[in-house]
Amino acid sequence: MSLNQTIIRGALLGVLAATLASCASTPEGQTGTAQAEAAKVDPAAAKKAALMSSFETSGQAGMDRLEQDHMQRFCSEYEGRPVPAEDAKKIAADATAGVRFPEDGDFFGDWHNGEWIAKTGKGMQSNDDPSEPNGGNCYACHQMADEEIAYGTLGPPLRHYGKLRGTSEAILRYTWTRLWNSHVYNTCSHMPRFGASGILTEQQLKDVMAYLFDPASPVNQTLETAAMEQAQ
Amino acid sequence: MTMKTLSGTLLATALAMAASSATGAEDDIFAQYRAMFGDDNPAELTEFQGEDLWNEVRGPKQVSLEQCDLGLGAGVVEGAYAQLPRWFEDAGKVMDLETRLLYCMETVQGMDVTELRQHPFSEQGQPQTDLEALSAYIAAQSKGMPIAVPQDHPAERAAFEMGREQFNFRAGPHDFSCATCHGQSGKRIRLQSLLQLNEPEGAKASFSAWPAYRIAQGAVRTYEWRMADCARQQRLPGLVHGSPAAIGLITYLGVLANGAEMDAPGLKR
Repeated sequence: MSLNQTIIRGALLGVLAATLASCASTPEGQTGTAQAEAAKVDPAAAKKAALMSSFETSGQAGMDRLEQDHMQRFCSEYEGRPVPAEDAKKIAADATAGVRFPEDGDFFGDWHNGEWIAKTGKGMQSNDDPSEPNGGNCYACHQMADEEIAYGTLGPPLRHYGKLRGTSEAILRYTWTRLWNSHVYNTCSHMPRFGASGILTEQQLKDVMAYLFDPASPVNQTLETAAMEQAQ
Repeated sequence: MTMKTLSGTLLATALAMAASSATGAEDDIFAQYRAMFGDDNPAELTEFQGEDLWNEVRGPKQVSLEQCDLGLGAGVVEGAYAQLPRWFEDAGKVMDLETRLLYCMETVQGMDVTELRQHPFSEQGQPQTDLEALSAYIAAQSKGMPIAVPQDHPAERAAFEMGREQFNFRAGPHDFSCATCHGQSGKRIRLQSLLQLNEPEGAKASFSAWPAYRIAQGAVRTYEWRMADCARQQRLPGLVHGSPAAIGLITYLGVLANGAEMDAPGLKR
């Protein structure tokens, strides 16, 4: 056993001890004991038990959200580290296989709706109303239109997105894919899988596409132009 | 006491109103706004409430919390917060300040804290909870002292490891982890600067400033609140107060922050 493994095993035992201890002091001791029994057999079960005892369903955010898929598990484990090639390949392949292009072949919706989606951060939080449409919150991470100065910098700037790139079939398919599932291109991208995870509907994705590509969209204008048009 | 509570509420309301109109170039306006306070922090009013609660004889056992051991001996509040979370032999677990306070209210004072444990944080516009007030008071007694979160006991080291893993844990419909927003330096979300929390520099800035007076909410919020509200934004289910993941995250951040000077309660947007 390497030193590293020894440390990890020690830490797991500690988690188990902590879990056991916390179970002993809570009224839910019975369930806790069952968890602890399972943990004795399998250290991974100890971790799982500690995780499951740390969360509770809140609004629309159920406990099923703690179940990780392959990408999530892998990218959690390798956060900030280079990724083994085989796993990276599987993530990209899974992501690519799941991309669905628009049924009617039309990539564009209404950029006005796209703007609302780009600026709205609500959706799928425990305190959000599930009957309302989700936002995409693009501005949390990306610069887009000049007139919106409250943009984040976690993602690359998208200013003049369509103006700079044109509207070839290739760039449209690339952008749609990027929105649908960013892991097609970056193994452990931190961008949500807006299409693949059902955060945005197909129509909403089209609206965001229009916001990115439409020459009339504020994304593709400079602030002077936008100000002049408003003045007219 | 009543006067203090009242003036605190009034001041908090005024601040909340001022804060809600501070949109636009937020960071800039906030910096100016914070400068207006000088060395004053509305959290002081909550600290006074907490001090009263700490000294007050309460509960079925009719004792004050001065018999509570926060890790440095019964009744010792000075410097205690800078050395939490830590292993407590009597409870058989690693506890942060908030968990320990609830434990003491329950075991030392004999109070029923079921309700407080389920609703540890005040609702918007409501008076601070006892837990928030006590946390503000105890944290303030570590001002200027170096953070020294222990890693001696195996369970303390396990809590750190659990926190590190939880920090990188990607899950939910948006695939977010703590690292999504707090894994890089010099980034911002909208206009809000983000601390890189898996490095000492960012962890120090964060850990040393909580609990903090949140201007947008007009209330003192605790570090557990900060963790739980991040989990909400990550689209995760509710983070249970005092749970292994919550204690783990706080231990992880605390250990990374070791050596920095405590400066809480802080003042946050």
